[in-house]
Amino acid sequence: MKSFPLIWSNLFRRRVRTFLTLFSIIAAFLLFGLLRSIAGAFEMGVNVAGVDRLMVSPKYSMVDGLPISHLAQIEAVEGVAGATHMTWFGGTYQNPTNFFPKFPVQPRVYFDLYSEYIIDPLQLDAFERIRTAAVAPADLAEEYGWQIGDRIPIEGDIWLRGDGSDLWEFELVGTYTVRDDESTFASFLFNYDYFDEARIPETQGIVSNFVVRVTDPDQAGEISARIDAQFENSINPTRTATEEESNRQFAAQVGDIGLIMNSILSAVFFTILLLTANTMTQALRERIPELAVLKTLGFTDRRVALLVLLESVLLCGLGGAVGIALSGFALQALGPELEGFLGQIEMTAATTLSGVGIALLLGVIVGLNPALSARRLQVVEALRK
Amino acid sequence: MLAQIFQISLLNLRNLPQRLGSSSVIVVGIGGVVAVLVAILAMAAGFSATLNRSGAPDRAIVLRGGSSSAELSSTIDNQSRQFVGTLDGVRLSSGELYTVADIPKRATLLPSNVVIRGVEQSAFEIRPEVRIIEGRNFNPGRNELIAGRAASEQFVGIDLGASVELRQSEWEIVGIFEADGSAYESELWTDLAIAQSAFRRFNTISSMRLQLEQPGVTDPLQEAFDINPSIDLAVTSEEEFFRSQSQFLTTLITGFGYGVALIMAVGAMFAALNTMYAAVSTRTVEIATLRALGFGATPVVVSVLAEAVALALIGGLLGAAVAWFGFNGYTVSTLNQGSFSQVAFDFAVSPDILVTGIVWALSLGLAGGLFPALQAARMPITRALRGD
Repeated sequence: MKSFPLIWSNLFRRRVRTFLTLFSIIAAFLLFGLLRSIAGAFEMGVNVAGVDRLMVSPKYSMVDGLPISHLAQIEAVEGVAGATHMTWFGGTYQNPTNFFPKFPVQPRVYFDLYSEYIIDPLQLDAFERIRTAAVAPADLAEEYGWQIGDRIPIEGDIWLRGDGSDLWEFELVGTYTVRDDESTFASFLFNYDYFDEARIPETQGIVSNFVVRVTDPDQAGEISARIDAQFENSINPTRTATEEESNRQFAAQVGDIGLIMNSILSAVFFTILLLTANTMTQALRERIPELAVLKTLGFTDRRVALLVLLESVLLCGLGGAVGIALSGFALQALGPELEGFLGQIEMTAATTLSGVGIALLLGVIVGLNPALSARRLQVVEALRK
Repeated sequence: MLAQIFQISLLNLRNLPQRLGSSSVIVVGIGGVVAVLVAILAMAAGFSATLNRSGAPDRAIVLRGGSSSAELSSTIDNQSRQFVGTLDGVRLSSGELYTVADIPKRATLLPSNVVIRGVEQSAFEIRPEVRIIEGRNFNPGRNELIAGRAASEQFVGIDLGASVELRQSEWEIVGIFEADGSAYESELWTDLAIAQSAFRRFNTISSMRLQLEQPGVTDPLQEAFDINPSIDLAVTSEEEFFRSQSQFLTTLITGFGYGVALIMAVGAMFAALNTMYAAVSTRTVEIATLRALGFGATPVVVSVLAEAVALALIGGLLGAAVAWFGFNGYTVSTLNQGSFSQVAFDFAVSPDILVTGIVWALSLGLAGGLFPALQAARMPITRALRGD
């Protein structure tokens, strides 16, 4: 550690070069932070799925819908601890870029099943009691400036009202949060009973899917098979999978976002690796006589090599840390605009840590070769140069 | 003066191979920026081209009125359908049923939304670009499908002669069709009547395609809908319909591409600056000697800039080549938010996009070369000659 001032002053001896290199590294890690967070927004729905929940969907297509009468049969299946239904509402709030999922649900059962959603018991009572009630995730309510008691108009597209109108109005009676705040697909929820009564009579009684909590997650496979067997020969057969699998399948429809992000990142890192390696080699070459002097003064081979290596690790680590921090700020500034397109984007601890880890690793890779040549340096030859 | 510029620049460029290691930083750095930019723009261009090719000026689409803009959530009853068929200005009409089915993608083996379109025979007259290239057309009244070429390539089991299970019955694929590379090639088509019974739609349809008497003229039709209180329909030109579908994703991908390329470009520019400062510093004695011999400052500036721009150009061309050979014509399929179904499209590296890439490369080269070039010109000759 006492060599730190030496490493520091070596690093900033050629200020222009060091700063230019630093800025390149910062740019690379700024991209790393942004791209990983965006890719994360696509993967997030998969990670948050409850381990003890199954999703029962129509067998042939998610747009087909299932009759609500399936619910009683599902509840009777051995191994099922609880079940409810959800219906994809679609719809638009003010303009199409305000995207958030909206579902009519059975208030009490829904919050029982999604035990990670936390709501004030009085608000949950109100949600159950008031026909036109709705609840929203607290951050969504904050984003649109909704207060409890506000009326929120949603223009329907899939579901029209029996009175011929396509305008649905809900009264916000509560907000909820998600434990550990890991969820990104927290939804705008409203009362199914009201929805069902008000929609066009021919479409009544149809829901999108059922959510099932199982008694033993290890038996998810058997229970899924038992549920599907119930409906195999009905006119509305089902396909049951764990919530995680079902979210993953939907995310995969968009295409492999992760693959595209990773290809771009490899292009970026390959470039930065080459550039930084070049700078470090150059820095070392200039300093050969000096390193020889250090060795003459009694610095061991190992210590000289370490000095060179640490210099590179420090440069990359510094660049990485600043880059990641900048991407955090950028996401905060851009977040609300991007979220309209992509859902909630958050910079996770995993992204931060892996970014810093990669930065340090980059430092080691880049510094290794110069460090080894510094170690091999022969004092007499080097001084003669 | 011009002769001087030419001589020094040439001398400098000839010496380039000696600084190969550090020069490659500029080439690779700028190459990376251009490759990423060109590839992402080609993706956006390919997607929007596929959707835009699907529309024709003499065609219009009729959907349920109101906020719905997608065929999937639209329903039209028989009475409205017959009303549309009788209107002036409509040469031909086809009632169509539009739904999606889960069919695994070959790439991921995971179920994806594939369009099933039930059509009348007039659908083929309205869309003359739809041509059967293998097998035959479906027979009305039978569980037979014809598959678009892209659907056949992208999804498991969509092969000529194979059968697929939709809604508890077996459907045979009797033909493969092409449609000028449009989004229709990602669909499966069948007879309207059989689709209505299989998907339990009774006698309702999702949408109508019209061939107009006068291309692009839809306003009189909308007026006819609006004055009739029992009709709730909206008509849009087919070109406009597909343009608005592609807008969201095209804007998103293009914005993303420029954003990523911009940040990468900043990194690459710093790398270029670094390299050019180093290049100038290794040439200190050479530059001072030239100046002492009577060469002016401008030729020196130009020679450094020429080096930076030449390297940037090489990088830009390499990056564009990588994007071209790696991605041009590469087919992917994604979920089109506008139609909630899979659309297969090819990356399209157009000349426009290549020019954009090269322009970026040259700008970065100039930006990276300018300050080092000025530094080279301002160098005090006597001190530089000593090699300080």
